[in-house]
Amino acid sequence: MKVPEDLRYHQSHEWVRLEGDTATIGVTDHAQEELTDVVFVELPEIGRTADAGGAPAVVDSVKAASDIYSPVAGEVVEVNDAVEADPALVNTDPYGEGWIYKLKVKDASQVEGLMDAAAYRAMIG
Amino acid sequence: MGLTSRWVVPRLPRVSDSLQHSPIESVHEELGARMVPFAGWSMPVVYGSIIDEHRSVREKAGIFDISHMGQFVVRGPGSEAWLNRLLANNVAQLSDGTGQYSFLLNEQGGVIDDLIIYRRGADDYFLVLNAAKLGEDFESMGARREDGVELIDLSADFAGMAVQGPASAEVWSKLFPGTELPPRNGIAGLPGGGVVCRTGYTGEDGFEYFCPASEAAAAFRSFVDAGATACGLGARDTLRLEMCYPLNGNDLSPERTPIEAGLGFFVDLEKGDFIGRERLAVQKADGPEVRLFAIEYVDKGAPPRAGYPVLSEAGEPLGELTSGVLSPSLGRGIAMAYLPRSAVKVGTRVQIDVRGRLFPAVVVKKPFYKPASQKG
Repeated sequence: MKVPEDLRYHQSHEWVRLEGDTATIGVTDHAQEELTDVVFVELPEIGRTADAGGAPAVVDSVKAASDIYSPVAGEVVEVNDAVEADPALVNTDPYGEGWIYKLKVKDASQVEGLMDAAAYRAMIG
Repeated sequence: MGLTSRWVVPRLPRVSDSLQHSPIESVHEELGARMVPFAGWSMPVVYGSIIDEHRSVREKAGIFDISHMGQFVVRGPGSEAWLNRLLANNVAQLSDGTGQYSFLLNEQGGVIDDLIIYRRGADDYFLVLNAAKLGEDFESMGARREDGVELIDLSADFAGMAVQGPASAEVWSKLFPGTELPPRNGIAGLPGGGVVCRTGYTGEDGFEYFCPASEAAAAFRSFVDAGATACGLGARDTLRLEMCYPLNGNDLSPERTPIEAGLGFFVDLEKGDFIGRERLAVQKADGPEVRLFAIEYVDKGAPPRAGYPVLSEAGEPLGELTSGVLSPSLGRGIAMAYLPRSAVKVGTRVQIDVRGRLFPAVVVKKPFYKPASQKG
């Protein structure tokens, strides 16, 4: 189970990578393993605002539809069209090519309030 | 990530749950299964990938734990006539060693349970029923018990596993060399009290093996070692839906009759009276208002699921899905729904409302998929 050290984590199994005021968001390796085969990703519209805890995206596996929450507040500035065309990227490369959307964050300190790798690792056991 | 499906749930602590546990559970754990509650049982939903498990059944062989399913024996003089007053299909058509799909209905013709009944010998029948309905089945049948007819629930002592796929017979012969499988839909007793039936829920060739619970874990492991891929409830659902086999509780319910479900072939209105016959006869004569239709997406899209609304091309509500999945064989969404016959027939374009987004679909002939064993 991969939990990269340089990311922050939300309790509902999203990861966040902050670069400047842009946060890239995806689901964790643990989450993709729990979901199994991802077959559809519903991406948010560019320009929509996301509240911390809101659910701008949905990931469908063969058996379940799962909301992808926004760990922090911001505006959607970019979405990953590649996962729309090939949803299995969420399974094969959850921290890389399987990213889902990018937010321009309102308050970068919100990211600091999320779990670090050690805390997330402890949470998933 | 918020999990909204009944299939993906947190692992429950073993000590505090009230679920029944399969005698094969230790093998599932060794094989890395994810267990979920299903019909009061803790059962494997997937070991690795539902899509891979699905393909193993379509291309080679897979094995499913079906220990949650129930087994009744009905025997004694008068069993045939008694069963024929209870069940919708005609038991008198069975010869020794053969089985048929049938229904236990309520007085209104609605489905209590769908089942397979096998005739082992004169006035000796073996029934395989759904876990969630066993209590109701036993109650409904027991309330009508007659002198001389014995009704025995073997479910607690018996475990079951289904080996399905084109290589099933090969897997069988590795464990039981020299013992022939019964013919399609047939049943055969085995030394040691086991039973093997040439039936299944996937459309592929295969068999269902029932044995004393104490022997089940070793048997399951042996079938896996003989080449059957362990498969969970997830693949079981995608495989059966590609064949349009109904799932009781989703596609069948106490409010819907077998005629409405398009399963009139398994009902015999000519054999004499049985529970629920009156309403079925009326529906057969007049045609039911609604029917369970098969619906296939026109393109790729978000997988359809039970409960999603079905709309006409113009946007009027027509009904809601009773089952839906992304078909691993077809690569697109497939679903079933009870829809008005006045508005829908094969070829009608409809729309599926997935969380507010509409996906175009078309009503198609059943089944969605023709397995190799049924082609030609």
